[in-house]
Amino acid sequence: MTDTVVGDKRVPPRATPAAVRVAGGRLQDDLRAVLVVWKRELIRFGRNRMRIITSLVQPVLFLFVLGTGLSAMLSRGVPVAGHVNFRTFIFPGVVAMTILFTSIFSAVSIVWDREFGFLREMLVAPVRRGALVAGKCAGGATVATIQATIMLALAGLVGIPYNPVLLLSLFGMMLLAALAITAFGTALASRMAQVESFQVVMQFVVLPLFFLSGALFALRNLPGWLSVLTKLDPMTYIVDPMRRTVFDYVPTTPAVRHVFDVPVTWGSWVVPIGLELALVAVFGAVMLAVAVANFSKAD
Amino acid sequence: MGETGAVGAASATALAGANGAATIDVAQLTKSFGDLEAVRGVSFQVAAGETFGFLGPNGAGKSTTISMLCTLLRPTSGTAKVAGFDVDRDRAEVRKHIGLVFQDTTLDDYLTAEENLRFHAELYGIPKDQAAPRLQEVMEMVGLWERRTGLVRTFSGGMKRRLEIARGLLHSPRVLFLDEPTVGLDPQTRSHIWGYINDLRRRESITMFLTTHYMDEAEHCDRIAIIDEGRIVVIDTPEALKASVGRDRVQLHTGDDEAAIAALADRFSLDASISEGAVTFYVAAGEQFVPRLFAELDLTISSVSIARPTLDDVFMNYTGRTIRDAEASASERNAASVWMRAARR
Repeated sequence: MTDTVVGDKRVPPRATPAAVRVAGGRLQDDLRAVLVVWKRELIRFGRNRMRIITSLVQPVLFLFVLGTGLSAMLSRGVPVAGHVNFRTFIFPGVVAMTILFTSIFSAVSIVWDREFGFLREMLVAPVRRGALVAGKCAGGATVATIQATIMLALAGLVGIPYNPVLLLSLFGMMLLAALAITAFGTALASRMAQVESFQVVMQFVVLPLFFLSGALFALRNLPGWLSVLTKLDPMTYIVDPMRRTVFDYVPTTPAVRHVFDVPVTWGSWVVPIGLELALVAVFGAVMLAVAVANFSKAD
Repeated sequence: MGETGAVGAASATALAGANGAATIDVAQLTKSFGDLEAVRGVSFQVAAGETFGFLGPNGAGKSTTISMLCTLLRPTSGTAKVAGFDVDRDRAEVRKHIGLVFQDTTLDDYLTAEENLRFHAELYGIPKDQAAPRLQEVMEMVGLWERRTGLVRTFSGGMKRRLEIARGLLHSPRVLFLDEPTVGLDPQTRSHIWGYINDLRRRESITMFLTTHYMDEAEHCDRIAIIDEGRIVVIDTPEALKASVGRDRVQLHTGDDEAAIAALADRFSLDASISEGAVTFYVAAGEQFVPRLFAELDLTISSVSIARPTLDDVFMNYTGRTIRDAEASASERNAASVWMRAARR
């Protein structure tokens, strides 16, 4: 390499060891991008201890304050079998709520990344946009699953046994739910320009999804309009399989089952757990595709 | 940098010819946002190793042009090649070969300095054995190696900008784009940043493309394109541009300013006026004029100052207004800057 002449100055050639090679375009490059974006989410999560604690306050309040209060009020009409009561009933709903809120919050942090410029650092890198979105979803889902697992550890306090098969089944469902909802949140974030939109998403999307999911009440004997809305809510198909699995493992009486173990039905047909989980998976996949498409389209 | 002015433009063109292609080659590039034409057909070439500056007021189309060259915006028409790759067709290839330092920070505040750079190295797929020494090298270059474990949110504005420069260089890009690299920094920090940039030019034969609306910063460039309202007005070395203005500014303190102005008009046909409390006029070759002034003017002159043309005068000369005036009118075209903001996202 000869010296480069710029104006009348001679610029010495760059020392060769300094130059590094940039990869890109192969499958392993995309996988590496997924991994590094995922890792960043976890580093940020681990560094923000306040966030870990504050996001557990709400589910704990629902479970132990609302749950205990309503148990007491309903104690005359609602049968109790040992430690199984209304709190046991809402426990899967509260775990699902933890996933919903944490996943959406993680996904919507893309809007913060956009606001503070970091998104651009990612978008100008020589990697596919799909890999960035996948990494973001994997990171958000991991964080949500960790939070939900902390809640799951409280199962014994509401009369749910620490049965390994039960816990593993619930864990699998939590992971699936976290992936699907993070993908949904990422699709939302791909269309959000400002941080202010976060409040809109919370009020118009997240809270309705939560309240219509049957997390806090049985989806039976509802007025027609509410019954229809609950069955359109994807969260319904996250809460229901978890609750049915829980009630397979807790000691119950027929009276308790009659009130609390009320599966989702379409007409009079009881929707199988497998189909519910498949619906959640399809919902997540569609949302992921929407998010990838939106980010790939954007300049 | 004495005679750079005379040969700069010529040798840059020669170099482009010798390598077969310029490192940046832009032809008739335009970008419209709806009715607004932000960039109206710009053409220029930047040779390998050259530091090329876009000088112009805010809203002139600088950021839009840089965004197109960085593949963040698709051109409306025209072509642009960076490091030999088309910015519209070979976006991924362009991205591998460029480094970016934007005017607003793109660091993750919650990560440490080193984590930010490691993220970048992994995202760009720099092999692990090469990444570690390179990371140390660029961090030492900007004087942040000792602070590598510090969280970025504890960094000052100047440190963040230095870290961004280090990150922009981490993957050994062929072209480093700097969009207003010192905007929002205090004068001392600005001059430090320029110290690092100039040091970098000596160490790595990198091509640099930068935008600025600071006249004094444009002086650091090998060549400057003056851009106004989406068009390139002129391209040359800072020296050649200043020489092209052709006139020096002379200021006199006299015993009788009115008489001096009248005498200058009478004897030398010069249009003088009072500015900054002194009799001010413009004349070619100021040093040679002053002896004549003393010989022919029968007045008490207490002091004389001669100022070479600045890039401010150059901008004034080519656009008929100062860069400050241009920015005022640009901010009236508010829609423009709103769109630029959107474009930068």
